[in-house]
Amino acid sequence: MQLNCNAYHLACRGLVGWFRPLVLAAVLLFLPVAWAGEGPFFITYTHQMEEPGNLELASKNLAGQPDGGNMFLGGATEFEYGAKAWWTTELYLDAQGTNGQGALFTGYRWENRFRLLPREHWINPVLYVEFENINGADKTMLEVVGHDGQDDLTSPNHEARTDKQREIETKLILSSHFRGWTIAENIIAEKNIRHAPYEFGYAAGVSRPLALFARPDPCNLCAENFEVGVEGYGGLGTHNDFGLHDTSHYLAPTLAWNLANGPTLRFSAGFGLTRTSARFLLRFGVSYEIAQVGRAVRKLLGGDRS
Amino acid sequence: MKSLWQAGTCILVAAAALAGSLVERVPAQAANCSNPLENSEPVRRAGAKLYARECAACHGSNRDGIGKAPPLNQAEVYAAPPGVLFWVLRNGSLQRGMPSFAHLPEPQRWQIITFIRSQNRSSKSQPDDNPK
Repeated sequence: MQLNCNAYHLACRGLVGWFRPLVLAAVLLFLPVAWAGEGPFFITYTHQMEEPGNLELASKNLAGQPDGGNMFLGGATEFEYGAKAWWTTELYLDAQGTNGQGALFTGYRWENRFRLLPREHWINPVLYVEFENINGADKTMLEVVGHDGQDDLTSPNHEARTDKQREIETKLILSSHFRGWTIAENIIAEKNIRHAPYEFGYAAGVSRPLALFARPDPCNLCAENFEVGVEGYGGLGTHNDFGLHDTSHYLAPTLAWNLANGPTLRFSAGFGLTRTSARFLLRFGVSYEIAQVGRAVRKLLGGDRS
Repeated sequence: MKSLWQAGTCILVAAAALAGSLVERVPAQAANCSNPLENSEPVRRAGAKLYARECAACHGSNRDGIGKAPPLNQAEVYAAPPGVLFWVLRNGSLQRGMPSFAHLPEPQRWQIITFIRSQNRSSKSQPDDNPK
């Protein structure tokens, strides 16, 4: 953006400073929408990275009711950006509402995924590193580790929100694509920065599109747009008390529906497998991808003439 | 100091020349793989749909290339064996910013390749046959 700034140089600089975010927001609105093409998993990661320069906006929601607690709706708003072909970075903003206790913002997470091998192999490792600054009232359950259980979901919001959780979470993501099937396993280690032992967990999933061939014409209800799968996830205790004792585990059939004009809708019904697990968790979400945001921003800021 | 700089530049230029294009760097055995879906109009149309969805944001809807993403409407791509293009789609090139498309089912990758390679012929007879 070029303005004539000869006479009022400083004032113009301020004006440009104000304009840029507005122009940027307008540019984002009119950028082409890309095919989100997300798999059906909510918890399990595969080695599929965000395409460089693309920004994906997504909402991941969880509804449930623990034994002895109120019904709740947890939500995470996700901004996923492909920084490089081998590096994807994401910001999550978490919130929740609990019946009879109101709604609140529960914190943020910043995650980074690094693809470790340059070529495709029969199994492909990705390193995941996340910093999360959330409080005890967070109910997004984007991972289950240690001795997490449904008791964590029953504390009243006004008490739970005082429990600060600043944690580093790492995952080793292993995944493969084989004849249309996607098979993924995640090994999780999490550590509260200030106290508490290392906590461990796992997630694993299998999925497949209903059709492997694309039809010639755009369609919404054709089989190629649906991907079904199942994922399992749970805690593995802590480094002091490793194992399955007093841990939660879930098994969840999942479905993704990729609409012809870009967005992906996802649903998952999770069933608790142990006494400490919540009996039923309903997850649903939508994701929407904007193509080549990075290039548009660089152009706007004058750094890219291509 | 100047000679050091020149030597460094020469090494970089030589390395770039040796690196060549992505198509040139594909292992030779990949070329033996043939496209099971070649020469079919429905496959080509499906490939056009997939190209618009998966590739056009970087390579352009007319395959002219955008920024660092190279054009695909060039002789080197038309002449490349299908197996070589399949290898490129499967593996990508992380250093050059090309992601892997291994998450697409194998038949869909062949459909894209059918479309890309058909452009050489169809662009002569149907100049405006581009995905929207």
